[in-house]
Amino acid sequence: MSAQGLTAPVRRDDRLKRRKAVNRVMELLAWLAALIAVAILGIVVFSVGRRGWGELNLNLLTKHPIPFSFTNAPQGLSNAFAGTLVIVALSTVMALPVGILVAIYLNEFARASVRNGVGVALDVLAGVPAIVVGIFVYGLLVAGGGGQSGIKAAFALAILMLPFVARTTIEVLALVPNSLREASLGLGIPQWRTTLSIVLPRAIGGILTGTVLAVARVAGETAPLLFTSSLVGPQTSWNPTHALQTVPLAIFELSESPDPNDHARAWAAAFVLLLFILFASLTARWLATRSARKIAGR
Amino acid sequence: VASVDVTQTARRPFTGRRVHLGDLILQGVAGLAALGATLLVALIVWKVVDGARPAISKFGLPFLWHVVWNPVVGREAFGAGSFLFGTAITSFFALVLATPLAMGIALFLSELAPRVVRGPVTALVETLAAVPSVVVGLWGILVLGPALRTHIEGFLHSAFGFIPLFGPASPSGASLFTAVIVLTIMILPIVSSISRELFLGVPPELKEGALALGATRWEMIRGVVFPYARGGIAAALILGLGRAMGEAIAVTQVIGGGVFIHWSLFSSGDTLASKIAAEYQGATSNLDVASLIYLGVILLVLSLLANLTAQYIVRKVARKHGVTRGGRA
Repeated sequence: MSAQGLTAPVRRDDRLKRRKAVNRVMELLAWLAALIAVAILGIVVFSVGRRGWGELNLNLLTKHPIPFSFTNAPQGLSNAFAGTLVIVALSTVMALPVGILVAIYLNEFARASVRNGVGVALDVLAGVPAIVVGIFVYGLLVAGGGGQSGIKAAFALAILMLPFVARTTIEVLALVPNSLREASLGLGIPQWRTTLSIVLPRAIGGILTGTVLAVARVAGETAPLLFTSSLVGPQTSWNPTHALQTVPLAIFELSESPDPNDHARAWAAAFVLLLFILFASLTARWLATRSARKIAGR
Repeated sequence: VASVDVTQTARRPFTGRRVHLGDLILQGVAGLAALGATLLVALIVWKVVDGARPAISKFGLPFLWHVVWNPVVGREAFGAGSFLFGTAITSFFALVLATPLAMGIALFLSELAPRVVRGPVTALVETLAAVPSVVVGLWGILVLGPALRTHIEGFLHSAFGFIPLFGPASPSGASLFTAVIVLTIMILPIVSSISRELFLGVPPELKEGALALGATRWEMIRGVVFPYARGGIAAALILGLGRAMGEAIAVTQVIGGGVFIHWSLFSSGDTLASKIAAEYQGATSNLDVASLIYLGVILLVLSLLANLTAQYIVRKVARKHGVTRGGRA
């Protein structure tokens, strides 16, 4: 006992030092990993901003591109911006009501088993690669007849939005206190009125947040548009029954071009898209913190 | 408490819960929407398989390992071999790179970060997920690819050239390696944000117990946090893998294209998704289109498998933890 007592403290001290050193190294590595993630975002935003800033002018939004010509006339991507506005707006109109209805059904009406089953389906739908959704809409609507159009592209994007909107709405509805529903039902108000005029208005802020995030996500989505709205001319059009150029697809096509002038426009368009998406995400985050407090009634 | 007036409820069994027309309508419409969302998954599977039918009946299962893509009319021959290889190798290495980084980020955000930086860094990591793939791809081909070629690929080749993975540097910067880095960036946010939530869900009494026994923070993480979150981390990694396999646009921009199997990461190639995105508009014949859709079928099957496996693990883990928690209470 005493012999051990003489030697052990020294060794224990050594071991403790080593353990503390290992701990130190691991903590440092975790800090480093977080730093790398933030640095990647910084580098991407900075490189896009640096190259896009110089090309950023009104022509980008107001002039259409002039393909296959050696002209110095100012070119822009007005057709792409118009198309993205139309298609994203249409897809929101398609996905939002359906997503909210799905969420209402699952949260307010469905049994637990049904809720789980549809929940699995929603998660699977969210996991289908965007390009496969493009193939699906192509097979369903484009190949059969009629060809490409903005509406079909919007339908493809709506499929990508649907699980996202439904999931966030379910989460928000679950935050609404049950005491509100019970109070309303207790006053003899039928369930449909309780849902539509008590529960839903309370949750609207959270639903809005989810919608903004969903819009930000699909606005940059490219793959489904390849199949549904890619064979386009340079003219600016707002008519969704024809194929419309979009910002992500324009960036994709310009990035594959060998012409540095095309790259410049791609950077500028990417910068605008990135600014919009960063702005939307930050707005959504701000809305989220505000609405979460309001929904729970605190 | 439930029934104040039992006799009255018994006497009037139907008025206790009157069925309103509005209830029926809302429940019907909402239920229809839920049914539609569920059927949509089946419809997608059916329609995509249907579109690939000419290629499936012509090439059958050997399509999976044939390394050929010849759309010349009259001599058409198609196979997915090299694209499956490209998908496997790029998503595998992306996962290898992303896993330690994501774990580090998640541990930082859940255990280490001072309160002041925790919120902003969480927001920034989630913002990284919002950057569109086409923008990452644009940056990947014009900035990242050339930089990797001049600074990293040559170095790795001269230092570790004896490993077949590190062949001669790519001519333009478009390579499997660039695709790996781009995919790593794209799956990093999802894996780290799921892991962060898992780590935050570890019961504090377990962590405090380990610390009270004299464990250092890292020993506590290794002994308590990782084992507790193991299943969930597996699910997060599988979801990341699914995301990496399905990413089309950014990969198409940086991978360079080509129908061959090279062990070198610095050669160009194609994944299932990038082949579809790159060739789709140039497809010449019906068989060509059907073969591309066949690639889509493979991709769909792989991503469904990944997704369902991840969901199964998540539900199993939730049940296990729910049971232990219930048992304790």
